[in-house]
Amino acid sequence: MLDTDKYTVNVGPVHPSTHGGLHVEAIMDGEIIEDVIVHLGYVHRSVEKIAESKTYYQFAPYTARLDYLATNLPVMGYCQAVEKLTGIQVPERAEYIRIIMAELSRIASHQIAIAATGIDLGATTGLMYAMRDRERIMDIFSMTGGQRLLSSYIRIGGVAADIPDDFIPQVRAFVADIPRMIEEYNSLMTGNEIWAARMKGVGVLKAEDAVAYSVTGPNLRASGIDFDLRKADPYSIYDRFDFNIPVRQEGDSMARWEVRIEEIAESGKIIEQALQQLPAGEFMSKVPKNLKPEAGAEVFHHIESSKGELGYYIVSDGSTKPYRLHVRAPSFINLMVLPLICRGGVFQDIITNIATLDPILGESDR
Amino acid sequence: MEHWFTNLFTIFTQALISLGLSPVLADAALLVLKWILIVIIIIVNIIILIWLERKISGFFQERLGPNRLGPFGVFQTIADAIKLLTKEDIVPSAADKLIFKTAPMLFIVIAVLLYTVIPLGHDMQVIDLNVGILFFISIGSLSTIAILMAGWGSNNKWSLMGAFRSAAQMISYAVPLAFSLLGVIMISGSLNLQDIVAAQKNIWFILLQPLAFIIYFIAATAELNRGPFDMPEAEQELTGGAYTEYTGMRWALFFLAEYTNLVAVSALMATVFLGGWQGPWLPSWLWIIIKTYGVILVFFWIKWTFPRIRMDHLMSFSWKILVPLSLINILLTGAGIYFFRWMGWC
Repeated sequence: MLDTDKYTVNVGPVHPSTHGGLHVEAIMDGEIIEDVIVHLGYVHRSVEKIAESKTYYQFAPYTARLDYLATNLPVMGYCQAVEKLTGIQVPERAEYIRIIMAELSRIASHQIAIAATGIDLGATTGLMYAMRDRERIMDIFSMTGGQRLLSSYIRIGGVAADIPDDFIPQVRAFVADIPRMIEEYNSLMTGNEIWAARMKGVGVLKAEDAVAYSVTGPNLRASGIDFDLRKADPYSIYDRFDFNIPVRQEGDSMARWEVRIEEIAESGKIIEQALQQLPAGEFMSKVPKNLKPEAGAEVFHHIESSKGELGYYIVSDGSTKPYRLHVRAPSFINLMVLPLICRGGVFQDIITNIATLDPILGESDR
Repeated sequence: MEHWFTNLFTIFTQALISLGLSPVLADAALLVLKWILIVIIIIVNIIILIWLERKISGFFQERLGPNRLGPFGVFQTIADAIKLLTKEDIVPSAADKLIFKTAPMLFIVIAVLLYTVIPLGHDMQVIDLNVGILFFISIGSLSTIAILMAGWGSNNKWSLMGAFRSAAQMISYAVPLAFSLLGVIMISGSLNLQDIVAAQKNIWFILLQPLAFIIYFIAATAELNRGPFDMPEAEQELTGGAYTEYTGMRWALFFLAEYTNLVAVSALMATVFLGGWQGPWLPSWLWIIIKTYGVILVFFWIKWTFPRIRMDHLMSFSWKILVPLSLINILLTGAGIYFFRWMGWC
């Protein structure tokens, strides 16, 4: 036999398909992946340390930067954590508006995942279709918060402003179009033979490995474990809605892809119900000018973000600033299984696996 | 209109001979004129095609495509060409300079050479070669050497991976590519492209050889490095593949050559399967343009619809599906020809 050497290929941090600042060191034996090492930290901004020098109110916009593709979800998680810590009550109407915005964010995030997977696998048209549909959500965001990507619309105690008049019809129209969008993604990509060949059986994550690595979100549900915090530990008013948790047994890239597409439809259902039940009333409760939780008080609050379980652990020292804030970032933890699911595959599978794990680097590096 | 170009050539040679040039030199001068015309055709085609591909991909993806320069953005290609010409020409310090610099030149020369044998109309080709189709296939598969040179000379892992993939792909797909044309050669009984066109006077070979057409189309997509077989470039995986280290006009040369190849292969497909320059009412050279662009549009359509195939699937698809199918096609064609002769139909 020919004597061959292993070689390393550095995928990223400057690479078209590593979703911004991810560095994957692939140790290759020909086209076969021997091992993969994930290097993080290229977009580290010490968000947790910044939190210690900002007041509780000031830090809220920072959290949007954790997961900039699902901007309302991390903000909602943080605001709810602070509300839990200080006992602030949120008006009913604000809760509903938050749910609508959160689920729209989840759809936007999954559409980006679809777009990114499309472009990573060379289906450039898929990218444009998903981005086109996401653009409508961005319009809705800019209508409420005045900003498309990082609208700090959700505030501690409620939301920043009441929804404008044409908000409801526009959201309704969007939700009504979701089945058509999904049909389009499926007929363009999911049903394609090449697509299926590149996704099926690629990057299989077994259920026990997923649990051992504490993977959460769509990645976990694609491995056959029915765990979604919206059902498992209902926060906010999620217990009032009727929706399903899509689960797949295969644990491969195709399963992760399909779970995300189905979740878009389920989020649509939630939004529809929320719009129907939306009560009138205040959108913001009375909150003190300076938020001073008791000294020594601590709280952990977690929500189901589009990437998985997003948790905030806050410790107060009685001042207006948190003593310590920790973010349990789902992307960071989900990325850790990348070596596990890449080993033994071919080079192109790294790209597929990164795309279907759908990490967001802002959150992984904090 | 039919005889514009042939008349031009006759007038040209006669004028030269009347000026006292020997007929041999006049023929040589005619050859030069023909090559100049071919180069003009290529340049015009590239300008149109780059614009067309952008517009069409825009249409597929619900975008506008280029629309700033000139009506419908037609001058965008020219603006881009100027931009590329003024870009810094970077040769990596670790690169093998000679190989690095010759690769793009070789690539485009090979692409242009393909036009030698294509009949661009009735009695219109640079050389009426009696092994035209063989010449086309062999020259066409040379381009992988240029890509291999680019990949090796760049001294970059991405480039090398792209180049190796390209070589593997070209070796695998040249086989079904050549085999699929065998059926056509068996029916027409000639390797000369003009003879093949003449053999399609009554019926196009796409109807007699539908399987061969599909195999050739797939293999040609791979040979052209176009999506879903754009392995050597594969920008999402290999960041640019064999072309990663190239900048400015050197980089552009690869793309110009790919478009040149695209036109040549489409024209060959039109010639071999779609009746070539034959057609009613319009002059022959217009017919070949129409048919070639029809084929190119299908190439565009496929590229902007399909995701990229995985490398190992690509190889097994060629060896396990396309090669056996093309062999079956040869068998069926042979049996068919034998049957027709036995029945006394031809």
